Amino acid sequence: MDFGPHFLIASLEGAITAAILALTAMGLSIVFGVMRVVNVAHGEFYMLGAVIAWWVAHLIGIHPALGFVAALLLAPLLVGVLAAAADKLILQKIGYDPDRTIVGTIGLLYIIQQSTLMTFGPDARPVQPPFNTRLSIPWFEFGDNGFEIIWPWGLGTTSYKLFVIFAAIVILTGLWAVMTRTKIGLIMRATQQDNEMARAFGVPVERVYAWVFGLGAALAAAGAVLVVPIQQAHYLMGGDPLLLSFIVVIIGGLGSLPGTVIAAIFIGMSDGIISVFFSPTLAKIIATLVVAMVLVFRPQGLLGKANP
Amino acid sequence: MAAVTILSTTGLTKSYGGVVANNDIDFTLPAGQIMALIGPNGAGKSTFVGMLCGRISATAGKVYFDGEDVSHLPAHKRISLGIAYTFQITSIFAGLSIHENVALAVRRRLGNASAQVEEKVAEVLERVGLSDRAQQRAGDLSYGHQRILEIAMGLAQEPRLFILDEPTQGLAETEIEEFIALVKSLAGEATILLIEHNMDVVMKTADYITVFNFGEILAEGTPMEIRDNEAVQAAYLGTAQDA
Amino acid sequence: MTDTRRSQALHAGVILLLIALFFVLPAYHVGNLARILVLAVYAMGYNLLFGYTGLLSLGHALFFAAGMYGLGMTMQFFDLDPATAFGSGLIAALVVSAVVGFLALRTSGVAFMIVTLMFAQAGYLTILYFGEYTRGDEGFVIQQAERVFAGFDLTGPTERYVAALLLFSVCFSLIAYIVQSPFGRSLVAIRENEERAKMLGYDVVRHKLKAVIISGVMSGAAGAGYALLFGYAGATFATVQYSILPLLWVLLGGAGVTIGPLIGTAFMFYLIDYSSSITTAYMLVAGVVLVLLTLFAPQGLAGEIRKRALPWLP
Ligand SMILES: Nc1ncnc2c1ncn2[C@@H]1O[C@H](COP(=O)(O)OP(=O)(O)O)[C@@H](O)[C@H]1O
Ligand SMILES: [Mg+2]
Repeated sequence: MDFGPHFLIASLEGAITAAILALTAMGLSIVFGVMRVVNVAHGEFYMLGAVIAWWVAHLIGIHPALGFVAALLLAPLLVGVLAAAADKLILQKIGYDPDRTIVGTIGLLYIIQQSTLMTFGPDARPVQPPFNTRLSIPWFEFGDNGFEIIWPWGLGTTSYKLFVIFAAIVILTGLWAVMTRTKIGLIMRATQQDNEMARAFGVPVERVYAWVFGLGAALAAAGAVLVVPIQQAHYLMGGDPLLLSFIVVIIGGLGSLPGTVIAAIFIGMSDGIISVFFSPTLAKIIATLVVAMVLVFRPQGLLGKANP
Repeated sequence: MAAVTILSTTGLTKSYGGVVANNDIDFTLPAGQIMALIGPNGAGKSTFVGMLCGRISATAGKVYFDGEDVSHLPAHKRISLGIAYTFQITSIFAGLSIHENVALAVRRRLGNASAQVEEKVAEVLERVGLSDRAQQRAGDLSYGHQRILEIAMGLAQEPRLFILDEPTQGLAETEIEEFIALVKSLAGEATILLIEHNMDVVMKTADYITVFNFGEILAEGTPMEIRDNEAVQAAYLGTAQDA
Repeated sequence: MTDTRRSQALHAGVILLLIALFFVLPAYHVGNLARILVLAVYAMGYNLLFGYTGLLSLGHALFFAAGMYGLGMTMQFFDLDPATAFGSGLIAALVVSAVVGFLALRTSGVAFMIVTLMFAQAGYLTILYFGEYTRGDEGFVIQQAERVFAGFDLTGPTERYVAALLLFSVCFSLIAYIVQSPFGRSLVAIRENEERAKMLGYDVVRHKLKAVIISGVMSGAAGAGYALLFGYAGATFATVQYSILPLLWVLLGGAGVTIGPLIGTAFMFYLIDYSSSITTAYMLVAGVVLVLLTLFAPQGLAGEIRKRALPWLP
């Protein structure tokens, strides 16, 4: 393939990565923004979403679409409830002390990951996409006959991949509406601003925290459900999303939601594009070093405003 | 008699966003003096002394210690030149013993000489009356004793300039009397810059008073002059008497 | 007895006990103990930074790996003798920790944890990227013939134990000395109240940098020792898991106590050894222990002992 079509494919793959990443990183960002908690187990909630999606699709098994829809509803719900329980049983008990929270969520990471290994096993398992029509994409070239439209072999995508992008946009828009237009969103933002003040005004801060922690995990799980038909469920699949989400949240400015989305698009697209043209390992090395440097020299994030 | 100046500032300014906490302050402190810094809450006293010892970075202006420009020095270097500082909000090593709190202050100067360190720690604890509690955990002390411990940590540094930010706040009547005696006993050893709300303490200890208001120096003078200054009465003493 | 005397007696006693164990324990456990001692050196290095200075790093595997590859690569490609290669392992760890410390110490709190994590991840990926030389995840074996030093065959169980014990004893004594020195006390002061330490005239940044470097070099010594004594270097040792393990060992044994790391490492080693004979998901144990520790015993085993019985433990 020529550079042009190749680039287009890379951008499409990048857009899918970006969509999933936006959901996952948004979960991490909300939890950090509202609770000031760094959830190291976030990637495992993502993995759990994918694994539960496999179970649900497998149990329902009548029609791929039915199983998928059930998974898309159930997996985030179950993961959210589990996360809220973890918040109540662990994080709330240690008063969200930063060091102990990190240690506690690292423990949670291993508990979830290794329990999955014991039950789900070490194999990667696929989930059928609900629909998967192949869509070819046209390209143009200046040949002997002047300008012409061609259909290069291999230049195409599937309806499901487009759906992933669409679904992510819908979920994020819904989230945005909840955050800005509803009382729940108002309570969350008030708690984020100043939890002591919120408590004084009668906000049940503990309950809000449990909800937020659950919501953050549910967003990761939703991203994972969307991704399993493309990627398969595996007990170690949480590592990369965790790292990428960290990168996104840091570049976007810790706790800034619009920053998170913009950074997710930027990182997702460039990750997709770079890994088509360069060694993915080299791309990751550069990305992690850039993130470290951003934290060192611009802790408010590349997109954040300097705040003395 | 031309007194030696130990510390001075020119044009010292601090603004927090829009709030100008200190505005263009020129200030001189003669060596050996006990100077009190008074003024209503929010006048900018803590900000001012914070900039003197380098804890707070100045927006503009210069600080001279011993005739040298120290404006560019970080806090720990200024402290090493012979400045000690106590926080307005008590700041001690709560998890360590009282002995260790004071020893940390001594060791920074004396380093490895452990016999001399022990001697100095014992001397300081004796002087402030905390000897019999030396092995107690600092965090377990009463509030008043914690404040005294913080003063002890200042003494342990044998500073040439001792800056105290509202040291008597929260002390009991008898403790305040002891504090006054302590400050007086330091006369001749160190220059003292004392932020103080308790006018009784100010009148009994200070040689000279500087009054802050709205981030500027409102008046300077001997205790007598300040007591008779109408502007000061309006801005500060008046309100204090009303209260 | 003064506290200093007690402490000297304790540290000498631990080393004597370890010598005695060599004669008492069956061969299998002597082998395990050699491994535990080397890993405990790693944990002691970690403890200086986390337990005494109050800095939680999530990237110490980078220093461990720097020592490991500093030794392994120079033996592999330049045929250095073990002692010189060990030295180059230490130098590698020194350089890496100085650079990481210099940069990461501009941040604090959560940002410090993430920055160290990111640097370590970049280091791990770099090892993979140069897989042609490092052999990546698969790693490489350091041949028995090369692991002979001054006629001392480090692959023999006795020699190996002696070497491990020597490394441990040097580092153990060093740590005991450091934490009771004025320097070590000022690290504790920084951990307890950084602002106050600064306003007593301590150069906080410089102290922390020194702590990162000493901690990093000791971790590197453990990595180099591990590669030399067990004849293998691989990228697994640079993964996040190997940054988290010393945290786990130190938390379990007792952060900020000199004997904590040894206790924690030994305990966890046998716990994982035992559970991996039952299930492949042996890291589940690590997870459960971490959560239980944060919830119920943030001081760790030696920390609880210090709190309840022996307040003089350094
Ligand atoms: N960190 C800060 N950020 C913003 N404003 C501050 C800060 N510290 C002090 N201020 C403001 O500066 C002014 C002077 O404060 P301060 O020096 O503490 O006064 P004083 O010690 O005389 O009571 C006050 O208006 C206070 O609100
Ligand atoms: Mg004040």
